[in-house]
This record gives sequence, C-alpha cells and structure tokens, in this order.
Amino acid sequence: MPDAAAIVLSLAATLGVYAAARAFQRRIGSVVLHPVLVSIIVLIVALRMLGIEYEDYDRGGRVLTFLLGPAVVALGLPLHRQMEEIGRKRNAVLLTILVGSVAGALTATVTAALLGASDEVIRSLIPRSVTTPIAIGIAGRVGGLPALSAAVSILTGVLGAVIGPPLLRALGIRSPTAFGLALGAAAHGVGTARAAEEGDVEAASAALAIGLMGVFTAVLAPLAIGVLLRLGWLN
Amino acid sequence: MWRYPLSFLVLLAFLFAGDALAHAARLPLPGSVLGMLLLAGSLRLGWIRPALVQPAAELLIRHMALLFVPAGVGLMTYFGLLGREWLPVVAASIVSTVTVMAVVGWMQQRLERDA
Repeated sequence: MPDAAAIVLSLAATLGVYAAARAFQRRIGSVVLHPVLVSIIVLIVALRMLGIEYEDYDRGGRVLTFLLGPAVVALGLPLHRQMEEIGRKRNAVLLTILVGSVAGALTATVTAALLGASDEVIRSLIPRSVTTPIAIGIAGRVGGLPALSAAVSILTGVLGAVIGPPLLRALGIRSPTAFGLALGAAAHGVGTARAAEEGDVEAASAALAIGLMGVFTAVLAPLAIGVLLRLGWLN
Repeated sequence: MWRYPLSFLVLLAFLFAGDALAHAARLPLPGSVLGMLLLAGSLRLGWIRPALVQPAAELLIRHMALLFVPAGVGLMTYFGLLGREWLPVVAASIVSTVTVMAVVGWMQQRLERDA
C-alpha cells in the first residue's frame, strides 16, 4: 500500500475508534472502560483479524506518537501555574512526591523481581506511575519496552482512579491537597480526571503531582537500575 | 488562528532545546521532560508570557490521551512475553499503585499538620 494511504487509513481508524470509545464511556459512565484502554483493545483485535502488521499501522500511528513530545513540553504550563498557586506548601509537596516516586519504582520492581519477571519487564515497570508519554521516554532510556511501559502506565491510571478515593478515605486523608497529590502521583492523567470530580484544589494538586512525578522518576530511574543491578535483582 | 501554529512552534522549540541539552550534557532525562522544565522555568522567570504557548498547549493536553493509543497498540508485538509474565506485571502494578497512593496521601497530610 502507498505510504500516504497507509498513514491516512491508520490515522482515521485511530481517531474514529477513540471518538467512539469516548462517546461509549460518556454514555455508560464507567471509569474502568477508559477510552484509551478500549481503543487499544479494539485496534489490536481489528489489526489481528485483518492480518495487518503493527509496523504498517504505525506508519500513521507515529504521527500521533510524535505529538507526545510537544504535549509533554506543554505540561510545563500547568506545572508553572500550580507551583505558583501551591505557595508555602511547596517544600512539603516536593518532598512528598520525591518519596512517592522512590516508593513507586521500588515496590513495582521488587514485587516483579520476587515473582520471577525477566529483566526487560522489570525495567519496563520503573516508570509505571508516571504519565504515559513520559513513561515511554523513560522506558527507552533504561532498557525497558516502551509499549509495555505505556500499557502498564495506562492500566495503573485506571486502577488508581478506581481504588484511589475509597482507599484514601479509609486512610483518613481529609486534606484536599493530599487527596489530589495522591491521585495524581499514583494514577496520573486518569487520576487527575477523577480528582477534578472532588474539587479545584484536588485537580490542581493532581496536575502538579503528574509533572513532579515525571521529573523525579526520570532522574531516579537510572539510579534505581544501578541499585537493582548491585542487589542482583537485575542482570 | 495564527496563535495555534505559533504556540505549537514555541513548544517544538522547547522540545528541540530539551533534546539538545539532554544530548550535550549527557543527561539521563527524556528531552521532552527537560523541555517541560525549561518551559516552566522560562514562564517563572517571565522570559515568555503564558499566552504565547497557551493555545497549542491546552489543545495538546486536552487530547493527550488520544496520542498514546498507537504506543499502546504496540503491545500486540509483546503478546508472547506478556503471556508468560502477566502475573508479575499485574501484581507489581497493584502493589505499587496502592503504596504510592497511601504514602503520598498520608505524608502530605502529615506535613501540612506539622507546618
């Protein structure tokens, strides 16, 4: 198939499936049926049934993947606004997210290693709690599989948005800043959408957590690899 | 309408600067993350106004979920690996999500009370 036709077809398919998945979720009102999750499953099934290779689909898909770069840069705008807004809580927030980032990478990799995961899978799990576009970038840098990191990041977002609010209430978290930060740090974009249902402070705190989690995890990921190598969890 | 292409070009310039800096300084950070930090820093120092990047930035952020669909579809090339290792992947995701949520929520509330 000529290149232009392949690009147009796969872009049209991706946009169409995504738009339909979003309309479907709006009607059903379910967090579990996240449109990204539904779109990925539908597209994989469709490509399999039609016998289309991923490489051919990705000639168009790459166009959207490229836009993730400027989209991550764009997060600098809410990051700046939220840092100004959070004011004197800034140091507490920085410390909290730093600890959260270390806890996320360590618990994920140690759990996977204890259950006998392979090196590639363990490396792919390091950026798990990070927003998907940044997770893809980190995975490529630490020898993980970017597609696996993307999928795990999306799954984490959906999982965190579902179990987050009841878990935080059970723990007695009443501070709106703490509530939003926890949802953003553990479940990035999907968690932020969920936090926005609670209130403005929650939404802003969650957005801040996404940016900081991405930065801290990107900086710490190579260090985490070093620690895991030294402990013999990785080869 | 020219505000959209202009703001998009500014974002691309920051992406390029982030990539170049990561490469030149051999930093273990994705260029896009550095670009994000450079943008936040430039806004904070007042080098550029938020309105300069706002149109494209808000459009990209609003539809960011769509942008990682193709990367997720790439999972189909790893089905063999996932078939063997789904248990550690799922278990690690659950353990780690609960830990991050609890640690961040609890610690932030604690620090605010002490302040």
